[in-house]
Amino acid sequence: MSSRVEILNDGGYRSDGRRQYELRDITIDLSPRGTADGSAMITHGLTEVMVDVFGPREAKLRGQTLHDRALLTVEVGIVPFSTGERRKRNRGDKRILELAATIKQTFEPIVQTNLYPRSEISIFVSVLQQDGGLLPASINATTLALLTAGIPMTDYVTAITCGVHSTAPLLDLTTLEENDLPHLTVASLPRTFKVTLVAMETRLHVERVSECMKIAGEAGKVLHQEMKRAVEARTKRLVQAMDMAPRIGGVGGGVDRDVDMDEDNQT
Amino acid sequence: MPRPPSPSIPEKEFLFNSLKESLRLDGRQSLEMRDPVFTFGPDLGWVECALGKTRVLAQLDGKMVKPTPERPLEGIITINSEISPMASSDYEPGRPSDEEVTMTRMLDKVLRRSDAIDKESLCILAGQRVWHLRLTIHCLADAGNLLDCACLAGIVAFRHYRRPEVEVVGEEVIIHHPSERAPVPLSMHHTPFCFTFAYFPDPNTPPILDPSHLEQRLSAGLISIALNAQKELCVIQKAGGVPLSQEQVLGAIDIAVGKAVELDRIVTQRLEEDWKGRKVEIR
Repeated sequence: MSSRVEILNDGGYRSDGRRQYELRDITIDLSPRGTADGSAMITHGLTEVMVDVFGPREAKLRGQTLHDRALLTVEVGIVPFSTGERRKRNRGDKRILELAATIKQTFEPIVQTNLYPRSEISIFVSVLQQDGGLLPASINATTLALLTAGIPMTDYVTAITCGVHSTAPLLDLTTLEENDLPHLTVASLPRTFKVTLVAMETRLHVERVSECMKIAGEAGKVLHQEMKRAVEARTKRLVQAMDMAPRIGGVGGGVDRDVDMDEDNQT
Repeated sequence: MPRPPSPSIPEKEFLFNSLKESLRLDGRQSLEMRDPVFTFGPDLGWVECALGKTRVLAQLDGKMVKPTPERPLEGIITINSEISPMASSDYEPGRPSDEEVTMTRMLDKVLRRSDAIDKESLCILAGQRVWHLRLTIHCLADAGNLLDCACLAGIVAFRHYRRPEVEVVGEEVIIHHPSERAPVPLSMHHTPFCFTFAYFPDPNTPPILDPSHLEQRLSAGLISIALNAQKELCVIQKAGGVPLSQEQVLGAIDIAVGKAVELDRIVTQRLEEDWKGRKVEIR
């Protein structure tokens, strides 16, 4: 497959101006949404994924409850306008089912499900925009959403794609690069440097794999820092809000404020 | 829906303890595969593959269709697979289970998306006529590692199949019956094989290749690696299960490399044997 676009030019730049090991911009939004217990939105460049977590709660289907641990259910929705080519995928689509199954299997050993027997933790993944790295973005967003829901996990899960252009490994591929290059998705645990998920779909020589996995592991650490910073910032905000709480509800300032509000209404 | 009963505690402990001593219940070495047994049917592209008591039947047939407008120069390959309750009482008809989704997708990746078959060679008349190959996988019995068996049956079916010779005169397509002209084998780029390793909760237990049904049930994680004899990896799939270190994953790949060469030799040999005993050509 020869492409019309130069994947990596002589100056060492990629088609979108990044260097070989450069990741795309990551933005993380952990603000609560609706009635979800935890929610997160992450963007890797143009890929945008939103995840909502409900639970632990009573299982929707009683028959599926497990007596010794919580049941994880994952549902993936891909909006039709998320890709360049507008296409409606129904929920029975094998690719979507596989994505959901992969996310579920990735998190099952990480989430401490044994703490919540007979309950269910539902994860809803909505893909808003796709530009490569759909699976890693979904995994990263799910990690964050589970964290914001306060569900205990043994570690973060950080995922990234790594492609190989002739012999040069590239990190965090866009759709354009994904279509042309063999690539590997690696989800790693930053604390133990172990991998929970390795997925590859295209032909790649055995000797390239080890290099790819090593670089993906390094990238995982960078992602971990980024995610940790976002989670810490959120927690800090929450703690500050809790510090404020007694003053609002307390005898001093709180009463004044109530009076103020009444006055506002009267005038 | 009743879930299949989980293995009893003594059964589980016995298996774990014996695996710790590198002993397997069926007497295999930890990295030994069950020998594949191929039975070729009367038609070309009809292959039954057995790994121990796991049996899968693959059947390939081809017909001519109009290509899709997006890809006027490529033939079409579709893979139908369904795990019916016939394979094992664990499976139920109806909504596809997780195992079934995984298997369908793996078959798709290993056989179709890895470019094993040269799709452009299946084109007869650009934009008008192409070959449509339909592979049907029937899972006859599941005694563990159904996925590897299905992949093996599928790829051998592709290698075994021969399509009728066609001739294009102007806009007209003439199909020659096998009795007139010898049918031609499919043009294939490579032959990928799938290998599944099972890992156990105890880190001291070595990984095992080609898990049996009980081993698969009690394993804490599986990794499937598809690759060809030329050391090219086609698919790696490790979703969930115990987290592995990078060395463990790379170690499994190394083992699979050796096994692929071995399996390729067996497959080629069996196909040759079958072809010698077969009378397809008249001349």
